[in-house]
Amino acid sequence: MPHSVSPEESASPDADAIIGEPKPENIELHESAGTVVADSVGPIEPSQASDDQDMMMADAGAVEEKMPVKMEATAEVKLEDLFADMDSDEEFPSSTGQGVNISNSPEAPASPLHLGPTSSASDPQVMRSFYQRLFPWRYLFQWLNHSPTPSTDFGHREFAFTLPNDAYLRYQSFPTHDLLRKDVLRLMPSRFEIGPVYSTNPRDRKTLRKSAAFKPIAKELCFDIDLTDYDDIRTCCDKANICNKCWQFITMAIKVVDVALRDDFGFKHIMWVYSGRRGAHAWVCDKKARQMDDQKRRALAGYLEVIKGGAQGGKRVNIKRPLHPHVARSLDILKSHFQNDILHDQDPWETDEKFDRLLQLLPDKTLNEALRKKWNSAPGRASTAKWTDIDALAKSGMSKSLDAKALLDAKQDIVLEYTYPRLDIEVSKHLNHLLKSPFVVHPGTGRVCVPINTKHCEDFDPLSVPTVTDLLREIDEWTAPEDANGKIAQDWEKTSLKPYVEYFRSFVLGIMKDEKDVKVKREREEAGDAMEF
Amino acid sequence: MIRQDFSRIDAKRKHADHRKKQFATPQYAALQYDTRLNFYTIPPTADITLEQFEQWAIDRLRVLAELEACSFRNKTPQETAAYMKPLLDKYLPLSGTSSGSSKLQEERMKDHYSHFILRLAFASTEDLRRRFSRVESMLFRLRFMENDIKERQLFVEGLNLEWDIVGKEEKMRWSEELRAAAGGPLVLRNVEDESWFKVDWERVPELVEGRRVFVRGGKAYVPGREQISMVVAEFTKRLDKALEMTSRALPRLDEDDRLTPILAHLSNNFTTPDASYSSSATSLPGADISARNIDNLSSSFPLCMQNLHRSLRRDAHLKHYGRLQYTLFLKGIGLNLEECLVFWRTAFSKITDDTFNKEYRYNVRHAYGDVGGDSNRRGNGYSPFSCQKILTEHPPGPGESHGCPYRHFSIDNLTALLQAVGVKDHEVLRGVKEDKEKMKFHMACNRVFEYAHKQEIKKVKEDGTWGAAELETIVHPNEYFKRSYLLKNLGKKEAASEDEERADVKMED
Repeated sequence: MPHSVSPEESASPDADAIIGEPKPENIELHESAGTVVADSVGPIEPSQASDDQDMMMADAGAVEEKMPVKMEATAEVKLEDLFADMDSDEEFPSSTGQGVNISNSPEAPASPLHLGPTSSASDPQVMRSFYQRLFPWRYLFQWLNHSPTPSTDFGHREFAFTLPNDAYLRYQSFPTHDLLRKDVLRLMPSRFEIGPVYSTNPRDRKTLRKSAAFKPIAKELCFDIDLTDYDDIRTCCDKANICNKCWQFITMAIKVVDVALRDDFGFKHIMWVYSGRRGAHAWVCDKKARQMDDQKRRALAGYLEVIKGGAQGGKRVNIKRPLHPHVARSLDILKSHFQNDILHDQDPWETDEKFDRLLQLLPDKTLNEALRKKWNSAPGRASTAKWTDIDALAKSGMSKSLDAKALLDAKQDIVLEYTYPRLDIEVSKHLNHLLKSPFVVHPGTGRVCVPINTKHCEDFDPLSVPTVTDLLREIDEWTAPEDANGKIAQDWEKTSLKPYVEYFRSFVLGIMKDEKDVKVKREREEAGDAMEF
Repeated sequence: MIRQDFSRIDAKRKHADHRKKQFATPQYAALQYDTRLNFYTIPPTADITLEQFEQWAIDRLRVLAELEACSFRNKTPQETAAYMKPLLDKYLPLSGTSSGSSKLQEERMKDHYSHFILRLAFASTEDLRRRFSRVESMLFRLRFMENDIKERQLFVEGLNLEWDIVGKEEKMRWSEELRAAAGGPLVLRNVEDESWFKVDWERVPELVEGRRVFVRGGKAYVPGREQISMVVAEFTKRLDKALEMTSRALPRLDEDDRLTPILAHLSNNFTTPDASYSSSATSLPGADISARNIDNLSSSFPLCMQNLHRSLRRDAHLKHYGRLQYTLFLKGIGLNLEECLVFWRTAFSKITDDTFNKEYRYNVRHAYGDVGGDSNRRGNGYSPFSCQKILTEHPPGPGESHGCPYRHFSIDNLTALLQAVGVKDHEVLRGVKEDKEKMKFHMACNRVFEYAHKQEIKKVKEDGTWGAAELETIVHPNEYFKRSYLLKNLGKKEAASEDEERADVKMED
């Protein structure tokens, strides 16, 4: 494998000489290693799943793992050249991109990467530069490892890659972030996901005598909120599209779920991440949360779930009275959002068919008839006005049978139905669910999955999240400040990714500090015991 | 590191020197059953006869099997208690201390011993362990419920569980929240009167899931009357742990071959009353089960599948669980993999071949056991879902159409759907509504079935061709289809079978 060449060796011809293989074969090996799938998951083209290719893959892995980490760091740029060279040979036989790269990078390692006008997020060249220069590998490692020295928390963690040919490669694991980074650069997945920590190394799972010895033991508690689940109530966009109006649903969801996790369950290390297109993920990283089994996850998810049932289920909020403290608090948070973001911005009951839905949710028949009459006579009446009409007509006492308490309850239910977070609960329930890693690039939008600072979650604008092409351009345009004192800036510090990476870093430091404290304490306690003995 | 090792060895030494352990005289705990209930922490040590060993185990097993059947039939706790009472009195009586029964100690001994015998019998595999701990917990809960309050209190105190009692000051501070969380039908008049426990929320997952406790800072505030779920959770936890230990000890069971056959026999007889599906029992000879015929056949589908079919035709799409439930059902009625792929491909008319191959083909093949891990392939994929599974697992979320309409639809939507599939009789609709209110979803489904096949059922009953066994309550969608199909094709079926008979006769000649 060309990975194993020492840093002194420069471009590809030398690499070939060392391995002693003719060039075309070498390329082929690369190609096949990239498409072999480790397990029988994901669509596989039959011709590529043969055994000997598996062997090659295994060999390749072995070579990589033996290689010292330090070398990789110094050889960084030149390795890239090897790859770039190979890829451009194959994929761009006569394009300009090839020329630019080969002539540029070897002699000027830190020099900007010139991108052609056509480059986009799906361009392998762009993605490679992103993973190579911007992705915060070290913090990702510390985040999952919970300490600076490599441990099984990271080593037994499953990673899953979605390869460019849409094959899905599961059960990958890496002792350190350098090896993870290298494999990502080799395979160029369009995205990768993070799974649980297993009881043994996921790569060894088939060598175990008992399959029961391979089981997931820890993973962050995750939540997934997706705007498509709001399609029946959002009027501004649908499907994969979003705008700032409907993003408010996510803002509300973050506020409600975050406070519940912190105040009620006592979790401290909660990170919210923009999913790259139309939703957000939460990662609860407290040790206690990570070690929860499926039953506890299910319980917690159930605690947070208020909206149940499909579109056919009729009334979807069925909560008991008096309101549970969590629901009451959520309602308090959501009330103002309901007024502004729902009634005003979404205007959900503007037309005849739409206000039928509202009337269905109200309890009193006479009142409903009166409202219908009023609204039919004034087509296009705004939702805000309609909402106040309910109380106005109710107060007028035109319905004898009206139960004020039932009406209030129904109104609370409506507020909740239109604002309460709609969680994709399956993600939270299972220990072994995989979730997209933070900071990967969404292949459709090109946007980076950046963390959202919950203190300012209202200011978060998904549409201004930097795209990968923006970021690479920013590196190019960056000039060193006068007072740099020779301190070399990291590439991410030159871009608008900086605040996000810094936020991530401080988040990770917080976790590491907490876990370190616990360890020190335990050791002290044990020392005490030993003394007594 | 070295210091750590020290302390660990020390902890283990507390019990006994492992070299001397095997020669030590067993410590017999003098067994005096003070309370009616038992957490089964101390194993029995006295002698019993082999006959007693077997008989007691069988009696307990009978009770457990019935209890499991109750849960499969979706009985409410009250119904289960009423149903189980005579059985318990007969096979496993257990009187309260206050009853002053002379057989008190005998009964409790039998309960104690039979539990441990079954533990041995059911510790061998993961599956058996899980089932055993589930039904034992149910039995424990049942008995705990019918205990009188004083005895219950005594028992709980004796358990020594680590619960913090919430002090007066704290109670006052959260009085509002505590009142609201406890809520429900029994709104407390006075928060101070109730006793509250404070435990880690992880210990009362079911209370947290149902938002029946106030949770703050990782602690759940449990009202005294919710004790039961904590006690049961503790019981299950300890039993699971003990079963795990037993299973590890089993291979080293110091035993002549008198007990092993009895134990093996016991675990074999713990049959599942769950309506399991077998492909041979539901195959229909002569039926045209193919992709293009599904539309015709769908009139014989149960409502859950008709609903899926209608959604599929309406949206040209179904979400994941909908596809899974429907694919497995189709597999169950005998649609083979190729036809099934054709069916889905044509049904998803709005997407390209490429998308279909990428996103859907694999899942269908996986369900049929065509791809996937070794065990999946050997087992021919998943079994079609039973009503039990559809009713209890994965309730449908936004935009999803799977599940059981009788359970997951509101009554208005259910009525509309029933009318749309041709059930217009007011009597039936009212019956369905009542069944739904009583949570008897099976009954509702069977009611609709009987209405839809009124004539045919009458005919087979009169002819005497179908006995009670063929007409018992349907608890599996595939059974529904099979019976419906057979009834609707009575004439043809008989003609075919007569032909067969004639052929048989000829062969014998």
